[in-house]
Amino acid sequence: MSAIVEINALRKSYADGFEALKGVTLSILDGEILALLGPNGAGKTTLISTICGIAQPTSGTVRVAGHDIIDDFRAARSLIGLVPQEVALEPFEKVINTVRFSRGLFGKPRNDAYIEEILKKLSLWDKRNNQINALSGGMKRRVLIAKALAHEPRVLFLDEPTAGVDVELRRDMWNIVDELKASGVTIILTTHYIEEAEAIADRVGVIAKGELLLVEDKATLMRQMGKKQILVHLAETLTDIPAALDRDRVELAEGGTALLYTYDTRADRTGITQLLNDVAASGLTLRDVETRQSSLEEIFVDLVKDAQEDAA
Amino acid sequence: MNPTAILAIYKFEMARFFRTLTQSFLSPVLSTSLYFVVFGAAIGSRIDQVDGVSYGAFIVPGLVMLSVMTQAISNASFGIYFPKFIGTIYELLSAPVNFLEIVCGYVGAAATKALFIGVVILVTSYFFVDLQIQHPLAMVAFLLLTCLSFALLGFIIGIWAGSFEQLQLVPLMVITPLVFLGGSFYSISMLPPVWQTISYFNPVVYLISGFRWSFYGLADVPIGLSLLAIGGFTLACMTVIWWIFKTGWRIRS
Ligand SMILES: Nc1ncnc2c1ncn2[C@@H]1O[C@H](COP(=O)(O)OP(=O)(O)OP(=O)(O)O)[C@@H](O)[C@H]1O
Ligand SMILES: [Mg+2]
Repeated sequence: MSAIVEINALRKSYADGFEALKGVTLSILDGEILALLGPNGAGKTTLISTICGIAQPTSGTVRVAGHDIIDDFRAARSLIGLVPQEVALEPFEKVINTVRFSRGLFGKPRNDAYIEEILKKLSLWDKRNNQINALSGGMKRRVLIAKALAHEPRVLFLDEPTAGVDVELRRDMWNIVDELKASGVTIILTTHYIEEAEAIADRVGVIAKGELLLVEDKATLMRQMGKKQILVHLAETLTDIPAALDRDRVELAEGGTALLYTYDTRADRTGITQLLNDVAASGLTLRDVETRQSSLEEIFVDLVKDAQEDAA
Repeated sequence: MNPTAILAIYKFEMARFFRTLTQSFLSPVLSTSLYFVVFGAAIGSRIDQVDGVSYGAFIVPGLVMLSVMTQAISNASFGIYFPKFIGTIYELLSAPVNFLEIVCGYVGAAATKALFIGVVILVTSYFFVDLQIQHPLAMVAFLLLTCLSFALLGFIIGIWAGSFEQLQLVPLMVITPLVFLGGSFYSISMLPPVWQTISYFNPVVYLISGFRWSFYGLADVPIGLSLLAIGGFTLACMTVIWWIFKTGWRIRS
């Protein structure tokens, strides 16, 4: 896949001198769903705002389908749709009018059939003549999405689309994202919900303190970065770990009826064979063996912790 | 240029106006009528005539200007401040439009509203006094340029303002005094010499004088100077706005 958004050494310092992006380089692939994870204040919104033209980059370049976001802003921006983190809508306007406005603002001729299609897809068609301030919070979020889609963008930025929405709407949102992907739209979303990234993203990027710590294929990330655990259930109940089995990363679990061994799938030797041999040599009886893989969340927490320790 | 975008902004802004059309229409009608009752009938009965024009008729151009200026400023400043305040400005900043298109949309809409109110006042005056317009073309030109230039000024104020108080402050502290002291209700020649001299530093004097000239052929300052003043003022506002968008001042972080 080719890159549709190319971010190169992007830095952003705010007026107060705070450097929110410290040289981000990232290629976003055409047609993918990229999830950006990162703690509060990591710089996710700043990254999106800079790409979309809301904040001015301090240095570095961004190209969208080959168009520089500064020199060729018209071409670049007309390809981009943005759903901001905060709900911001003209309160007294009708739903359909704000969506039509967005399309016009991006220079596209009026197309009522298309507007109808997106409003229906977002379950807003029945509410099209309602005033915005008569909508629920979840519906307002959908209006924001409708506005972002009104000009048929090729790249869609969703800044925490599911923050504070109920489970049902989150599912809806995921379905919408899936459909958009199927229609060829590239989607970049930020989220604090790891399960969200796990559920819908193709790739995952992790940002902390203005730096992109990694971007990785979701499956690879989970495989490579994932710590696995093996839980060895025993017929006996132990009070201490037998000396032969005492080693790093072995602990008693399940009230002494099991041994929990944590290993790194990336290591040359996982140490599993040795452990199991030692269990047998110690005269213990295996009842069952199960493995557990750490979730993206644990990976993420570890990464951010490492980065913070490095910075300290 | 992106005419579709300009039109979209313009229509969206005008929609706000149409939502409150009754109010937009009634308040100038009411205030103009009150002016005529207070200034025209009560005071005017003692002043009688200014340079051969009845006092009631004499104040009409000033009244129109007064409303047009304040309306253009308040509409334009509110029009751009509101999106900043509620956060919808993100969309404008992320759209493929340049500053000229944004200005055309917002300022165009604000100027249209001011023009509408100016016309309403003119028509209302018609029922109270005997109006004559000697130079209709100049009248229209002055009216349009005033709507435009003060809408530009309002746009700048709206971008500069960091709060609703500031939004009200400039019109209240600067514009209203300038307009009231700009000869809306009197001829500069009626003032003592010192105040006459001071008045010539008030830019609004030139606008009201030029506008009144287009009605009655009466002017406090030469008409050419009036045109120059309004033209220069429009240009100055345009330059400031161009600079604002070039630097992102108060809009792009
Ligand atoms: N306009 C601004 N002026 C100064 N600093 C800012 C501005 N906007 C953001 N920041 C700072 O930049 C950093 C990154 O903020 P940003 O909003 O990009 O974080 P984020 O990753 O989106 O966080 P969250 O998950 O809370 O939305 C923060 O430390 C924030 O305080
Ligand atoms: Mg954010």
